Amino acid sequence: MSSISTPVAGAHEPHGDAAHGHHDPNLQHHFATKEQQFDTSKIGIWLFLATEILMFGGLFVGFAYMQSRFPEAFFEGHKHLLKVAGTLNTVVLLVSSFTMVLAVHYARTSRRKKLIICLAITMFCALIFLGVKYIEYTHEFSEGLYPGRYFSNPDDPTGHEFIFFSFYFMMTGLHGIHILAGLCVMAWLLRRAIRGDFTSNYYTPVDVVGLYWHLVDIIWIYLFPLLYLIR
Amino acid sequence: MEWLRSLILPAQGSPYAAQVDTFYMFLVWLSVFFFLLIAGVAVYSVIRFRHKPGDVTPHWTHNNKLEFAWTVIPLAILMVIFVWGVKGYMEAAVPPGDAQEIRVTAKKWVWQFEYPDGTRAINELHVQVNKPVKFVMSSEDVIHDFFVVDMRVKHDILPDRYTEIWFNPTVVGKHHFECAEYCGRGHSDMGGTLYVDDDASYQKWLETGGVDASIPLDKLGSMLYESKGCSSCHTIDGSPSQGPSWKGVFGHPVQLSDGRTVIADENYIRESILVSGAKIVKGYDNIMPVFQGVLRQREVDGLVAYIKTLGNK
Amino acid sequence: MADVISAPFHAGTTPVERRNYLTEPKGLWSWLTTVDHKRIGIMYLISVMAFFLVGGIFALLIRLSLFDPSHVILGHKMLDAETYNKVFTMHGVIMVFLFIIPSIPAALGNFVLPMMLGAKDVAFPRLNLASFYIYWAGAALAMVAIVTGGVDTGWTFYTPYSTSTDTSVAWMAMGIFIAGFSSIFTGLNFIATIHKLRAPGMGWFDMPLFCWGMYATALMQVLATPVLAITLLLMTIERLFRIGIFDASLGGDPVLFQHFFWFYSHPAVYIMIVPGMAIVSEIIPVFSRKTIFGYRMIAFSSIGIALIGFLVWGHHMFVAGQSQTAVVVFSFLTFLVAIPSAIKVWNWLATMYHGSITLETPMLYAISFILLFTIGGLTGVFLGALSIDVHLTDTYFVVAHFHYVMMGGTVMGFLGGLHYWWPKITGRMYHERLGQIAAALVFIGFNATFFPQFIMGGQGMPRRYYNYLPQFQPMHAFSTVGSWIIGAGLFLTLGYLLASLRKPYDAPDNPWGGKTMEWQTQSPPLTENFEAQPVATHGPYDYFPVGTH
Repeated sequence: MSSISTPVAGAHEPHGDAAHGHHDPNLQHHFATKEQQFDTSKIGIWLFLATEILMFGGLFVGFAYMQSRFPEAFFEGHKHLLKVAGTLNTVVLLVSSFTMVLAVHYARTSRRKKLIICLAITMFCALIFLGVKYIEYTHEFSEGLYPGRYFSNPDDPTGHEFIFFSFYFMMTGLHGIHILAGLCVMAWLLRRAIRGDFTSNYYTPVDVVGLYWHLVDIIWIYLFPLLYLIR
Repeated sequence: MEWLRSLILPAQGSPYAAQVDTFYMFLVWLSVFFFLLIAGVAVYSVIRFRHKPGDVTPHWTHNNKLEFAWTVIPLAILMVIFVWGVKGYMEAAVPPGDAQEIRVTAKKWVWQFEYPDGTRAINELHVQVNKPVKFVMSSEDVIHDFFVVDMRVKHDILPDRYTEIWFNPTVVGKHHFECAEYCGRGHSDMGGTLYVDDDASYQKWLETGGVDASIPLDKLGSMLYESKGCSSCHTIDGSPSQGPSWKGVFGHPVQLSDGRTVIADENYIRESILVSGAKIVKGYDNIMPVFQGVLRQREVDGLVAYIKTLGNK
Repeated sequence: MADVISAPFHAGTTPVERRNYLTEPKGLWSWLTTVDHKRIGIMYLISVMAFFLVGGIFALLIRLSLFDPSHVILGHKMLDAETYNKVFTMHGVIMVFLFIIPSIPAALGNFVLPMMLGAKDVAFPRLNLASFYIYWAGAALAMVAIVTGGVDTGWTFYTPYSTSTDTSVAWMAMGIFIAGFSSIFTGLNFIATIHKLRAPGMGWFDMPLFCWGMYATALMQVLATPVLAITLLLMTIERLFRIGIFDASLGGDPVLFQHFFWFYSHPAVYIMIVPGMAIVSEIIPVFSRKTIFGYRMIAFSSIGIALIGFLVWGHHMFVAGQSQTAVVVFSFLTFLVAIPSAIKVWNWLATMYHGSITLETPMLYAISFILLFTIGGLTGVFLGALSIDVHLTDTYFVVAHFHYVMMGGTVMGFLGGLHYWWPKITGRMYHERLGQIAAALVFIGFNATFFPQFIMGGQGMPRRYYNYLPQFQPMHAFSTVGSWIIGAGLFLTLGYLLASLRKPYDAPDNPWGGKTMEWQTQSPPLTENFEAQPVATHGPYDYFPVGTH
């Protein structure tokens, strides 16, 4: 009793395009149809986002625990942060998420020029974010607020402000690395978009990177009030 | 059953230990039963249902009643075990209100005990029989664990807070305790002896520290070198460790961290033992425990005599 | 087609040199840049077996040093205390992260999973290759740690010892951090593959149980490993920058580290055992020539273990300084997680009962698994019971328990799977009699090594102890001799497996009469696995005569 069906007579089609026989370069050999490939990519990116949530989740848990141990130190510490800069960055990332949504839409509707513009704006927003963080970090360093053993704030009334800043630098640092990584991936996307790779027939990379970018944005949405708006 | 228990479990130092052992032996027999059941079915099947050409095997896919039974029965047994374990744990975790308190400070790789009356001891613990005693513990460095085998209790010792264990020693004699949380090079050397004394011996120990006056001084010193934990930090062959080696020290100049140079005579040795922070040898940290009140006069004399014998090698 | 039930297993078909994934494309570069899941599986297989050898040598060194309290054996003084501490640390790290966790999923799973599903490859073949190189990048950093003086913290890296010792902790932590991503991406790949690349006609409950096991494992890999990543990152940064999260002198909490660490490392032990169980679920029905009993419950139990496994981490910390409430809750949940594992054992036994059993090497390993995992699991009950655990934790009882489940369990499963699929992977049959002898040596040696350790632990012998009281010497010596017997069995295995590769292809396409899809195609397989897309027309364990059911 065999579990292998006999091949359809005359056809030798590992792919789904049985009738035509032409090979879509965007369909990988182990998928039967474009839909199957696209759905699989979506599952893949959602799983990856889950791992990111768990990794940042550990930091959030650690932060919450240490804040419950040293509430005054965290309150005093957060006063040093530049709320205006943080707010600006939040707005910038929200805008970038919007332009990313547009980029995916334009990719899906084969509007190459608009896709390129929206990708470029998204990348520009990412650069602004990183620039603002650079300014913030420089400001904090100038006040002696470094991570860990290099921290020095003689005016710290609690003695434990450095723990707040340990978390601040770790969490915004890790997040910043993800912004940078997103920027690099978007540069690659931009290059492919300019080449005309993305049409309604195939736009998966744009969609997938879009989801990643939204997650990076959401993580910031949680980070910002947690760090900057402590009461 | 006692024959098996005494084979696989240590001596029982307290009534609680006996309770734990009863539970343990129950689990042993339960495990033997289930293992024999499972191994029995497997071995029986292999023999009775050995392949023969032409065999036709039944098409059994499931059996709801059987599956229900083999899910629910083990679950019930496990719940009994869970409750039994909780009961024992709660008894071990909550010391009686009248328990005598002993402070334990663990550090790499030495046990320091302090009694309410100020008596201090290192690596050697004396308690009174039939009097519950609780230990309030903290560490000076990494995590350690105070494990009193015959009492069936242990708990980690942390650097940032106090943790506790307690027991009621009902068996006079010598028992052993260990460090049971890996703490580095000397982890397996960090054991000690628990003496459960009758009332008279206990009082005597409190007064004299139990030092045997018939042992020659230098021999006493070499015994104390191990039993008081000196060997954790000082070598006798010249090799480096956390503290200066004793080899060749006596009678020679020693450079101190404050720049002075002194001769390591009897007074220097004595002061270094009893008030260890007074003079720190250059290149070493001020981490040696203070032995004032811990060592008796004759014990200090013994150590000085022993160090002298290492001086001219 | 002949009734497979009565067909002998050792079919003597003429060796045929057929085009297959090994013969083409040719050249080392084609292997190093391959995206073929089968070639990637082989590269993983070679890698994990190399690390098994290194970890095993460290184990032999440990046991040699413990033969006698003087650490002398046959006139040779073995390791000193500091080296001993480094060797047991690195034994643990290498075995857990570079051998056991990748062994079944990445080496065997990569090869077999797509074929069992009737697929051409995994969902993301390029990610699969990337995972392999990420594994090696992590392994490389771990090796840097070893050659720059080693690590002496124990594989559990407890703070503050790990943040204050001056050994190569940061290199090792970063090595494991990177290797963890290999595990995550493998899991991600498998989940997507199982969801989307099953053959037409193969619903979720038509999949082989190995796939269910891989799915549950992959869920744990994806959800738990990121927590290890952040834990190792935090520990390393604590070491380098003194940020104050785990260091008590700075206001940090050393027990917090333990919560973070075990939140991953408990699911990790299920990542290790569930694949072993998955292989047993494949082997038992085939070598009993009988359909698996309780397919659905075995499938659900894998998922159940994965889910409940995330809730029990505190049972590694009963005496660490948690609240009494937490301790009681964790004990309760620990007993719950025992049930799905027990269910599997009952189902396997019910499959064997009234089967038609032969004892080729894969079956010997599967039966070993059942017996040894049972002992490991029963001793887990001891450790879940609170008052008993207070006595047994941090003793040799725990060491024996986890070796029974990880080695008596997973490694037996791995070896069973390796022999089961060896003809499919290599096109050659291994020497059956030697296989049975080696399996017996490993089984006997394993029990000789580890059973006495239960007794030593109950008697109070602590773990990670270089020096020990003289009363334990006879059992330590016995255990050491046992380790030599294991070594003999494993080296014999390596020998005859390698020797089989020098033969021409002599393996039938389906030597065992398996019903799953990987057996319905040539051995070794084509690069594209199947000549045409297979369709699932029957269940994976349908061992009944044609015309019935």
